[in-house]
Amino acid sequence: MPNKQEPLLKAVGLTKEFGFGRQKTLAVAGVDIELKEGEVITIVGESGSGKTTFAKMILGLIAPTGGEIYFQGQLRDISTYKKKLEYWKNIQAIFQDPYSAYNIFHKIDSVLMDCIRMRGGGNLPHKEKVKMMTEACSFVNLKFEELTNKYPFELSGGQMQRLMIARIFLLDPKILIADEITSMIDACSRATILDMLMELRDKIGMTVIFITHDVGLAYYVSDKVYIMEKGLFVESGTPDEVILHPKEPYTKRLISDVPKIYEEWDLSTV
Amino acid sequence: MAKKILEVKELTTKYITRFKENVYAVDHVSLTVEEGKSLGIAGESGCGKSTLALSLMGYYFPPLYYTSGEIIIDGQNISGMKPDDVRKSILGKEIAYIPQAAMNALNPTQKIIRFIEDVVHAHHPDATKEEIYDLARTRFERLGLPASVLEKYPVELSGGMKQRTVIATSVILGPKVLIADEPSSALDVTSQKKVIKMLRDLMETEIIKSMIFITHELPLLYNVTDDIMVMYAGQIVEKANAEEAVFDPLHPYAKGLMGAIIVPEEGLRDVKLTAIPGVPPNLKNPPDGCRFAERCKYAVPQCKVIKVGMTEVGDGREYRCIFSEEELREFYKDAQ
Repeated sequence: MPNKQEPLLKAVGLTKEFGFGRQKTLAVAGVDIELKEGEVITIVGESGSGKTTFAKMILGLIAPTGGEIYFQGQLRDISTYKKKLEYWKNIQAIFQDPYSAYNIFHKIDSVLMDCIRMRGGGNLPHKEKVKMMTEACSFVNLKFEELTNKYPFELSGGQMQRLMIARIFLLDPKILIADEITSMIDACSRATILDMLMELRDKIGMTVIFITHDVGLAYYVSDKVYIMEKGLFVESGTPDEVILHPKEPYTKRLISDVPKIYEEWDLSTV
Repeated sequence: MAKKILEVKELTTKYITRFKENVYAVDHVSLTVEEGKSLGIAGESGCGKSTLALSLMGYYFPPLYYTSGEIIIDGQNISGMKPDDVRKSILGKEIAYIPQAAMNALNPTQKIIRFIEDVVHAHHPDATKEEIYDLARTRFERLGLPASVLEKYPVELSGGMKQRTVIATSVILGPKVLIADEPSSALDVTSQKKVIKMLRDLMETEIIKSMIFITHELPLLYNVTDDIMVMYAGQIVEKANAEEAVFDPLHPYAKGLMGAIIVPEEGLRDVKLTAIPGVPPNLKNPPDGCRFAERCKYAVPQCKVIKVGMTEVGDGREYRCIFSEEELREFYKDAQ
């Protein structure tokens, strides 16, 4: 067991530059973050503020150009594919577009089967595997019997996104990165998916990093909110501090742009 | 009583699938929009909101077909007109439509001014380039878009700017009705606000006479429109003014939608989101009785048998449920 005091994940001076010379853009400009076990944090920012680049660096999908990431107190080592796989057992992600998240040639059974194999359940008897898959599907209100032998494109967007959560249920990671998971589905399914995710978090006690431009969502789910602007965290704190009583002008503007229902929405400030 | 700009009576349209099945995505929809008013349409994905928007234009193309009903724009009945006639005399002039991904409609090889020339020439073939440029410049400046945009190519503009350009272009002839189908859901909050500001400006400057705004974001709808209509499985289930629809909905489905609102305001953190279980019914063979009965918490056996009509409760407020207003309020009180 890792020490409780020690952060689960720590990033120091994380930087990513794209391009060279005059074309150079600084997507993430040296950010520090510390994640405790079981914490839910949200990174809020506009399009192009570097949220997704940050997430991809944490995931190990792109290499940072500067800074270090510590996982469970040790410097993260993903130099080989084997080590990367080991890392990905602990850290998983759900992305914005469920339609592009699946391999269209793989049936849903095999998508879920892969997850079981990744957790080291490859040698279990078939019955056991089916039981695990049924359990995972029923957790997200899907019926495994109906899904078996189907391809991902036969499901609706909301169902696909729920199946993604079923994958996380099987994988049981320590950290989940949820990158704009609700921006492509309607408000009603959004509530369903958030509820499921929070229930799952309570069940397996994982840390969740939400990445979103939806300030309302950030306020609703998180323990800590980070506001990102041009690759830097300009403000951070509890949702009450940051969203109800913002200090930075950027945060104030961002929040004033969200439609409200109990307060007057001031349209003159655009 | 203000003048009725758009009147729709019992409009029904259908999709015909590859297997020759009829899918009635808009089923006996009636609505009225008065001059200077805006109407919002809310509902889940797959409830027929966008099909309704397409149907209202009167311009049908396969697999969407017109079945029955009337669409009257300012006294002129456009239902049953030939598609070519609709295109020549109605679209752009009487009614304009902005789809969700409107910004992708811009041809990347053409300057913005060319699109405007296209629209104007379609209806006024004699208009000169100078006239059109002047019209476009004054219109763009009034809507807060720099006139330099006209001489730019679409790739030079940001997403929000493109969307606003398309809106300004589609209303260049001052249509009586503007149908905006999720015009801001592909944009971030700041661009969204600019789009909303622009739509408000259009109404205030009377460039457009009325607006129909479609979205699933209720907080947005509440801030933009005067009235809200909730759609479920091709039918209207509730009609009310914005205030009542958001804070005091009657239909259980509308109530469910309101329970899924997330806004960053004090107190909202402690509220538990209530999602509606299940999915909308398949419209190939919709249920006989109430279409929402399957997912409704308060459903009784009769719900699945009796065909429910709209019940009026004064002030143009209507809902589609077998329970009375008092009974429904009693249910909601118990739930709290």
